[in-house]
Amino acid sequence: MMLIPCPWCGPRDAAEFAYLGEPAPRPDPTAASPEQWRGYLYLRHNVAGPGTERWYHRMGCRRHLLVERDTTTNEVRPHRSHVGDES
Amino acid sequence: MVERGRRTGPRPGRYSALSLLRHGVTGQAWPAAWRNHDMRRGYRVVIIGGGVHGLATAYYLARNHQITDVAVLDKGYLGGGGSGRNTAILRSNYLTPEGVRFYDRSLQLYRGLAADLNFNVMFSRKGHLTLAHSDASLRTMRWRAEVNKLSGVDSDVVGPADVKRLVPHIDTSDRPRYPILGALYHPPGGIIRHDAVVWGYARAADHLGAHLHQHTEVTGIDVSGGRVRGVRTTNGDVAADVVVNATAGWATLVADMAGVRLPVQTFPLQAAVTEPVKPFLRTVVVSGTLHVYVSQTARGELVFGASVDPFASYSTQGSLEFTEGLASHVLQLMPSLSSLRLLRQWAGLCDMTPDFAPIMGPTDVDGFLVDVGWGTYGFKAGPVSGEAMAECIATGRTPEIISSFGLDRFARGELLGEKGAAAVGH
Ligand SMILES: Cc1cc2nc3c(=O)[nH]c(=O)nc-3n(C[C@H](O)[C@H](O)[C@H](O)COP(=O)(O)OP(=O)(O)OC[C@H]3O[C@@H](n4cnc5c(N)ncnc54)[C@H](O)[C@@H]3O)c2cc1C
Ligand SMILES: [Zn+2]
Repeated sequence: MMLIPCPWCGPRDAAEFAYLGEPAPRPDPTAASPEQWRGYLYLRHNVAGPGTERWYHRMGCRRHLLVERDTTTNEVRPHRSHVGDES
Repeated sequence: MVERGRRTGPRPGRYSALSLLRHGVTGQAWPAAWRNHDMRRGYRVVIIGGGVHGLATAYYLARNHQITDVAVLDKGYLGGGGSGRNTAILRSNYLTPEGVRFYDRSLQLYRGLAADLNFNVMFSRKGHLTLAHSDASLRTMRWRAEVNKLSGVDSDVVGPADVKRLVPHIDTSDRPRYPILGALYHPPGGIIRHDAVVWGYARAADHLGAHLHQHTEVTGIDVSGGRVRGVRTTNGDVAADVVVNATAGWATLVADMAGVRLPVQTFPLQAAVTEPVKPFLRTVVVSGTLHVYVSQTARGELVFGASVDPFASYSTQGSLEFTEGLASHVLQLMPSLSSLRLLRQWAGLCDMTPDFAPIMGPTDVDGFLVDVGWGTYGFKAGPVSGEAMAECIATGRTPEIISSFGLDRFARGELLGEKGAAAVGH
């Protein structure tokens, strides 16, 4: 079982979460060219190794969070922006 | 250069009933199916990835175009990627006309493959049944059946009584949570022995002159002036006019080396197999709603598969969540299997694209071609992809049959929409 460190609920079973993937910067829809917009939709870095990703605590606090995960080992760590967040 | 055994010996002879008898009687060892070679400083074509796609490309380059100055490089062993880990289902009942035509050509090539390669690939055309548990899936199936028929592919929507007739062990009553309303029946679909396909292509490509280099990892790709110049490997630098990326789950890592970005994400897909039992299941059975599919091999084992894991990863470690979900779904479908034991489970990496269709052909770097995006469904496409990629390399033009699968379709917004036919049934 993989545990996801939710800053609000603590470590919980990954099955409670929805995986949203690596954050992609959203271009300004009014200024972006179709190619830029489609790049935002479809292109990902797909890193093999540590990376930052978004998860959604679907069956818990229903909040979005960031985690650090190594995609070659699935080792998970809290994202630096959440470290110290636990109440 | 590292010395390896069995170098550049005589070409192995043909397999035949007579050779089988001779080896059986004399106990004489079989010659290696393919040879090892020293790495040349350069090849006309370097193919990265020794799965079914890379090997088939090498084979058709030699057979159809007499191009034999070709190397296939694999960081592991041949067939160690998805090609040796899949559940070996072949079918052509896709949803888009482009897809149907493409996969049907592959099935055609698969039908003649054993004779073509002089290798028994054990293609068993046992039929393929995709169950519908809702009106929505029945509707998609009617649509699929019509698209299939227009391309001359045998594919029909059948009712629960026909399902029961084809698969007596299936629960077609209205007791289950998701009762069966009908199914898409595709008689020409079936299963094959995936290892034999990989080894058969490897042996035939070697026989015609291609070099297969195992345990040779590509660590860099040299590009200058917008053209590919060669690759760097753990076995030395190799110059090349053409470099083909056929690395499936690792496709973006290799494309990054050439500065090419791909709309691909790597997800693990797991599968499992039971102990062997007497033959009772004739067709392949798929249920999208239950996220599960089942087939019985010639040895009698049941092979189970599902949809990809819920998050991207390069890890091939199996999970208990998968096995638990699988068991509960299989038993909803066939309650009589409850005392069967699982023998093994495993995972492979799948290069998923946004539209569940592959990406084939040229890129912005001259001479650097891709044959990727095979997701959970690419084994069946090995022959047609190899044939088309070989033609693409030999003529410098993209063959008609793969023209809608180009990398540029994403920037143009011309996605193919094959998800309805490929998310669970691979
Ligand atoms: C569990 C499972 C079930 C499946 N079921 C089906 C099915 O029923 N039907 C179907 O049609 N498809 C199925 N598939 C999908 C199918 O297996 C793949 O799409 C197909 O095998 C891809 O073949 P390939 O030759 O492109 O890649 P692979 O066979 O994955 O080969 C890629 C090779 O590239 C090598 N490589 C990677 N990086 C490098 C590098 N830097 N240098 C050198 N070599 C490198 C790897 O070692 C690997 O051997 C399934 C997949 C899985 C995992
Ligand atoms: Zn939470």
